[in-house]
Amino acid sequence: MRAPAASDIAAGEVLLSVENVSLSFGGVRAIRDVSFDIRKGEVRAIIGPNGAGKTSMLNVINGFYQPQEGRITFKGRTRAKMRPHDAARGGIARTFQNVALFKGMSALDNIMAGRTLKMRHGLLWQVLRRGPALNEEIAHRHRVEEIIDFLEIEAIRKVPVARLPYGLQKRVELGRALAMEPDLLLLDEPMAGMNLEEKEDMSRFIIDVNDHFGTTIALIEHDMGVVMDLSDRVVVLDHGVKIADGTPDEVKQNQDVIDAYLGVAH
Amino acid sequence: MASNAPAPADTFPKLLLRNARAFGDRPAMRHKDLGIWQTWTWAQMRDEVLALAAGLHRLGLKRGETVAIVGANRPKLYWSVAAVQALGAIPVPVYADAVADELAFVLAHAEVRYAAVQDQEQVDKILSVSDRLPKLEKLIYDEPRGLHDYDHANLHAVADVIADGRAALKQDANLAAWLDSDIAAGSGSDTSVILYTSGTTGQSKGVVLSAEGCIAAASDTVAFDRLDERDEALAYLPLAWVGDHYLNYAQGMVAGFCMACPESADTSMADLREIGPTFFFAPPRIFEQMLTRLMIRMEDAGFVKRKLFHYFIGVARRHGEAILNKQPVPAAGRLLYGLGNLLIYGPLKNVLGLSNVRTAYTAGEAIGPDLFSFYRSLGLNLKQLYGQTEAFLYLTAQPDGQIYSDTVGPALPNVDLRIAENGEVLFKSPGMFVSYFKDDAKTREAITPDGFVKTGDAGFFDSKTGHLKIIDRAKDVGKLKDGTLFPPKYIENKLKFFPNIREAVAYGDGQDFAAVMINIDLTAVGSWAERNNVVYGSYQELAGHPLVYDMIQKNIEETNRSLAEDSVTAGAQVKRFLILHKELDADDGEVTRTQKVRRGFVAERYAPLINALYDGSQEADISTQVTFEDGRKGTISARVKIRDVATVPVKPVMGKAA
Repeated sequence: MRAPAASDIAAGEVLLSVENVSLSFGGVRAIRDVSFDIRKGEVRAIIGPNGAGKTSMLNVINGFYQPQEGRITFKGRTRAKMRPHDAARGGIARTFQNVALFKGMSALDNIMAGRTLKMRHGLLWQVLRRGPALNEEIAHRHRVEEIIDFLEIEAIRKVPVARLPYGLQKRVELGRALAMEPDLLLLDEPMAGMNLEEKEDMSRFIIDVNDHFGTTIALIEHDMGVVMDLSDRVVVLDHGVKIADGTPDEVKQNQDVIDAYLGVAH
Repeated sequence: MASNAPAPADTFPKLLLRNARAFGDRPAMRHKDLGIWQTWTWAQMRDEVLALAAGLHRLGLKRGETVAIVGANRPKLYWSVAAVQALGAIPVPVYADAVADELAFVLAHAEVRYAAVQDQEQVDKILSVSDRLPKLEKLIYDEPRGLHDYDHANLHAVADVIADGRAALKQDANLAAWLDSDIAAGSGSDTSVILYTSGTTGQSKGVVLSAEGCIAAASDTVAFDRLDERDEALAYLPLAWVGDHYLNYAQGMVAGFCMACPESADTSMADLREIGPTFFFAPPRIFEQMLTRLMIRMEDAGFVKRKLFHYFIGVARRHGEAILNKQPVPAAGRLLYGLGNLLIYGPLKNVLGLSNVRTAYTAGEAIGPDLFSFYRSLGLNLKQLYGQTEAFLYLTAQPDGQIYSDTVGPALPNVDLRIAENGEVLFKSPGMFVSYFKDDAKTREAITPDGFVKTGDAGFFDSKTGHLKIIDRAKDVGKLKDGTLFPPKYIENKLKFFPNIREAVAYGDGQDFAAVMINIDLTAVGSWAERNNVVYGSYQELAGHPLVYDMIQKNIEETNRSLAEDSVTAGAQVKRFLILHKELDADDGEVTRTQKVRRGFVAERYAPLINALYDGSQEADISTQVTFEDGRKGTISARVKIRDVATVPVKPVMGKAA
């Protein structure tokens, strides 16, 4: 059963829609009746104060959490239940709030790992590294090298990621997600814990990914300046409820958003 | 030219054609791209350059016009240099890390009509100052990334220009014939390149060099070091620096050796190891960084390895240089050295990428005697040279077997050296410059009536060796209030030989005593802090730490002892010092792009600190503006401590009070 190709969907049309999704953990209602959509080719931001349900929302989108209510439609297919590996096969890649790389492996091997789902030859072939399996590996390595070039991490290609500074680890993680050639890229706080220079670099890479590969991006971010600069549209969550949705300018002027961020006297 | 074999090729494009005929199948250039070394033979490089020249011609480039070359060491930028020369136009390489302002000055002064640049960063920089460059018409770029949405009316990908030129050459035999005749029409007296000085002494000047001068100078040194088409060099020095243009481009064309371009600036040391060049140049700073990294890693090595390393480094210190200089060495020493070579020196040189090096040079700054002999004792044929942009780099170089850490060697063949009355070094050489571009007044100022060029450096010929010794910039040698000689650079260099000290700026001209401002080396001091449980949150905090002050104080006191050994310099001992709260940075104009301190500018900028050095206070407040890499500005404030240092009493025989 193959997922429909994203190329069947024109730029600007809905790639993924979330309808009336609710998610609770026991008595805690993390997400309440939230609906929004992500259009092909855009940079979509999900923002909100701490505990607003942003990461839960990402986890729902890539199938890590199963919502109790609501429907998710991705590339024209509606689903009730999806596993993370189905999401990955379907073309959704993500990065994590706390970097989740294979610490002992080199940057190159980590990014190579992102190609796993694209490998057509079985484990045995790959171990033997002969004939068609070798050719395939060369092709994948070529693609990975393009990503390394793109992210300007040539100098750390062979360095175990545990030895890299945090900002570079984040970049390697983005590289691994890109290696999947996703239709939808989910970035969970790509700038968290970075200094100004690293943030600027990362912003440039996100814009370039969107420009260059036409990848649709959904990102969660705390740094408001970054969000407003990068994204085409923003959805704002607060205590699991959607309180605003629109362009950065519209959202900035929304009274509910201002109250949610600055606090309001009750 | 008399010493050279008769060479009909008097321009670089002619040399390119000659090389393609003589050894067309040998590698001319390499570049690591997508993780794999790509190689072009001389025949392939000739085809690329001719196609690019044809493409540039079709874009309208004419004889005598100037073309800026901005970027890192990329084959396509080197080809641009050759292609521009093939059309009789003049390449003007510009430092890739120059900020927009500096770039605008050079491009406007050189009146460039075209610019060949590396990537989006350079395109953006040039577009941001385009209103100051009315003559600039077209930009040609190497890397297309990020430039997709730009207006391409006056923006061309170099790959497209080459493809267009190649197609045109194929279709139109007349064009090919015209290009051949155009190259043949080039003459040795044509301007080959305009190299802008780095601006150590103020605004940078455009040094005009002729083709025959460049080729004559390169031919002499290629013969001096016996370089040929089997050699290989790593082209990692800034493209706009005379060193790169000379060592790689000019010598490569004359000798026909292969230039390898690293993948990126960050990977050059790893690429060095992969390429294993036979000819290597690095400023002392790079040799120092290599050694610092090595020592830090040795500290972390296991007990046995560390013992072995230190034992055999000791053996190398005793016998290594003598063996390299082919002097007599006891048989036991030779045996131990051979064993060390097997166990330590060989693998070490391999890790550093220096296994195949036949000739290595260093220049630009004085090199520490310990550092210099460390590399030589490992069997690396490291030598010193002296020169400047106006001489097309080379004036003196040490011949094999006559190596001293404090000299720069005798004059090279065909170079005429003279010391002026005021101690300034003057020269006449085959590669000497024609003029400063559009600046006759400065040209006249630099050349004596009898045709010698003033280097601006003070020096003398060593009576023992006959080699030239450089003390300092002629105008920087000052005097203390009591008339004692004060050579600031000499003091600074002595201080900088300590691994903890990255930069030192000495003051004392017209003052009562010498005083210094220090920049600590974050790698070395940081590693020391880690081992000694010294906690710090920033450079500023580490720099102000009392234990760091203690350590630096010891270094300065040792320097004073060494200054006291020589009667000439004994009076210039350092009495007070401070450690600066920030690193001196080229973006703030404190050092030049080649990392030379601009002492006058620094003095102005840190005037409150210098006052405090001389008014006896124990600390001073300073607030300075800093420029971030993206051009924005901020302010750093700090309270800097000042300390007194013990000096060695000057011997009474000198007739001066201590």
